[in-house]
Amino acid sequence: MYKILQKQFLNPTVCKMVIDAPLIAKKAQPGQFVIVRALADSERIPLTISDFNRDSGTVTIIFQLVGEGTMELSTLCEGTEICDFVGPLGKPSQLDGLKKVAVIGGGVGCAIAYPVAKKLKESGCCVHSVTGFRNKDLVILENEFMAASDKLVVMTDDGSYGEKGLVTAALEALINEGNQYDEVIAIGPLVMMKFVCKVTEKYGIKTTVSMNPVMIDGTGMCGGCRLTVGGKTQFACVDGPDFDGHKVDFDEAISRSSMYREFENCRREAACNLLSKEAE
Amino acid sequence: MVNMNPEKCPMPSQDPMVRNKNFGEVALGYTLEMAVEEAQRCLNCKHKPCIDGCPVLIDIPAFIAEVAMGDIRKAYEILSQQTSLPAICGRVCPQETQCEGKCVRGIKGESVAIGRLERFVADWYRENCAEKPQPTAQNGKKVAVIGAGPTGLTCAGELAKKGYDVTIYEALHTAGGVLVYGIPEFRLPKDIVKYEIDNLKALGVKIETNMVIGKVLTIDELFDMGYGAVYIGSGAGLPKFMGIPGESLKGVYSANEYLTRVNLMKAYLPTSKTPIRKSHNVAVVGGGNVAMDAARSAKRLGAENVYIVYRRGMQELPARLEEIEHAQEEGIIFKLLTNPVEVIGDENGEVKAIRCVEMMLGEPDSSGRRRPVVKPDSEFVIDIDTMIMSIGTSPNPLISSTTEGLETDKWGCIVTNGEDGLTTRNAVYAGGDAVTGAATVILAMGAGKQAAAAIDKMLSEK
Ligand SMILES: Cc1cc2nc3c(=O)[nH]c(=O)nc-3n(C[C@H](O)[C@H](O)[C@H](O)COP(=O)(O)OP(=O)(O)OC[C@H]3O[C@@H](n4cnc5c(N)ncnc54)[C@H](O)[C@@H]3O)c2cc1C
Ligand code: FES
Repeated sequence: MYKILQKQFLNPTVCKMVIDAPLIAKKAQPGQFVIVRALADSERIPLTISDFNRDSGTVTIIFQLVGEGTMELSTLCEGTEICDFVGPLGKPSQLDGLKKVAVIGGGVGCAIAYPVAKKLKESGCCVHSVTGFRNKDLVILENEFMAASDKLVVMTDDGSYGEKGLVTAALEALINEGNQYDEVIAIGPLVMMKFVCKVTEKYGIKTTVSMNPVMIDGTGMCGGCRLTVGGKTQFACVDGPDFDGHKVDFDEAISRSSMYREFENCRREAACNLLSKEAE
Repeated sequence: MVNMNPEKCPMPSQDPMVRNKNFGEVALGYTLEMAVEEAQRCLNCKHKPCIDGCPVLIDIPAFIAEVAMGDIRKAYEILSQQTSLPAICGRVCPQETQCEGKCVRGIKGESVAIGRLERFVADWYRENCAEKPQPTAQNGKKVAVIGAGPTGLTCAGELAKKGYDVTIYEALHTAGGVLVYGIPEFRLPKDIVKYEIDNLKALGVKIETNMVIGKVLTIDELFDMGYGAVYIGSGAGLPKFMGIPGESLKGVYSANEYLTRVNLMKAYLPTSKTPIRKSHNVAVVGGGNVAMDAARSAKRLGAENVYIVYRRGMQELPARLEEIEHAQEEGIIFKLLTNPVEVIGDENGEVKAIRCVEMMLGEPDSSGRRRPVVKPDSEFVIDIDTMIMSIGTSPNPLISSTTEGLETDKWGCIVTNGEDGLTTRNAVYAGGDAVTGAATVILAMGAGKQAAAAIDKMLSEK
């Protein structure tokens, strides 16, 4: 079993947990993920490893409460155990040899972008980070990014914190200031990654995105996580989750991500009702 | 006294129109009287052709003779000399091409119902003999088994009985392999699989779930942890797609995904937290057991029209005969000599139809089966809202790609020396679907048993 050593809400809908998982901590690399099942009857959900500590044997996950699976996970208390925790899955991010990189994080995607920025920074790379959120209340990991970046721009859609606007505007401004990036790494909502790729395509900058489609096993067994990349079918869980953003068929990925929306909405409502009843 | 009835004693089953709406087991099993009556149809032939048809060489006439005399415990003992999973094999083996295919009674009438008798004996034993197996005194040697499917479970059980300290590492959260994620409840109740796994644990076998070997630990690290040998039973779980346009539309599944949602994640229960599509018209592409299981699951989940789309004919369907018959009884529609060429979507990216062509059978190919060729100008469209691809699977490269010196062939199957499953790596053995590609439970079980004997020999000589 996998004990929750620490739990903290970073904002009203984003939760951070530090999990006791020594074998996974020993092997984890930035870009890899775990599959989590909170309770014995929960769904299997993929969550990117947002930090790890090989000495203390811990793995940190940061997740947004989007569906029933994440909601159930968020109700588990410090000191209790998670039913299933499998990993590290997927290929590690390829960060070797990069000298100057723009790391773009959108919303909870920042939790995935952060270990990437950190590792780059540690290896001596110049890191410019742009993080984007809907509003001030949702801003997360600002201090962490500050420590892992040579430059950090925080954007909010409504301008309630940092600069007003989308991450693409900030990225384009940085490029226009004359910054020459070896690579842009974009992690966040599909739409954000799609538009970051549109910008970088214009400037001919290599762009890596981290895909997080619906998954079950995370080992290449179900094909539910498949994407079209460069005209070929790829399984995000074993061939990715990182892909060349200029080759990903985002429209298809966006369409596929809505496959179970109706079911998820129903279940979420049911879960909310249950939670509020319990609270009463 | 031989019972000369030319037909098998019929299997009590749920009515097709009832069972196609529930996930309860289809075949209900013989009573003791039926089993004895059926057993008396066996002629106890001197040359025992049925045994030649059995991949694990069960002494079939001997166990049937005990059933005929009503000594079911004795019959079970004979079975368990050769098979460790009789309740499972009795339900899922393709008996018509194995033991029953060789039965002399089959020449003029129906063969003896060997599979049903095997199932009866195993079920009877499970229900009437409560004793759990006892662990054998340990010999102090450790073996690691990768994968808790039939091959891994069998290898582990055999080694534990010889006193080895065995740990199974399984990637999923539940042990059982295809028996739990693929084959549906209505054909193989999961309680039976769980019973077998509990017995293994009683023997002292340790099962570590959530361990993806190649990721969390490599085979080399297993040796560092003190294991003297490793057995790879990781199956053939990588789904194939056809590569036709539209396969990424919403509503197109691999059979593995569809069945995993239904079986492992229990999506057929209203309380399940794992979603599955509510379908009306479903096309399942393929003709094997997997296709039948997917089609019959879709029917049970409420689909009105479920089509099996297969490019060869009825004779060529690779599924077990019983599954084909059951599928037909349950109202599955067979679109044979038909091949999809395109999946058509609507404006929301949902599948709405498949474009197919008619096929005809041409010259036999290298496998000896007649090769299907496209009939000119035969395109037509079937309206569907769900498509399930069941055209085969291959071994997952996770282990082979992380184990230096472990050779695979061009299909990704692990290369072994044949009989005892030794791979190109010292002290690493492999068997089951990981070696053969998608095959059968009984072959996987047999391979596990042979490898266990080879591992025992290797480690005792050390
Ligand atoms: C839907 C379906 C229906 C079938 N029906 C029949 C039938 O009626 N009759 C019949 O005889 N056969 C049938 N088969 C085939 C039969 O189930 C297989 O041949 C058999 O299960 C193979 O056994 P195995 O132990 O080699 O592999 P599997 O049963 O596939 O087990 C492999 C196990 O290894 C685990 N694993 C994989 N990779 C790793 C890793 N890296 N680390 C740790 N664990 C790993 C998997 O999770 C799995 O649990 C069917 C198959 C399917 C899919
Ligand atoms: S999650 Fe099943 S294949 Fe990727």
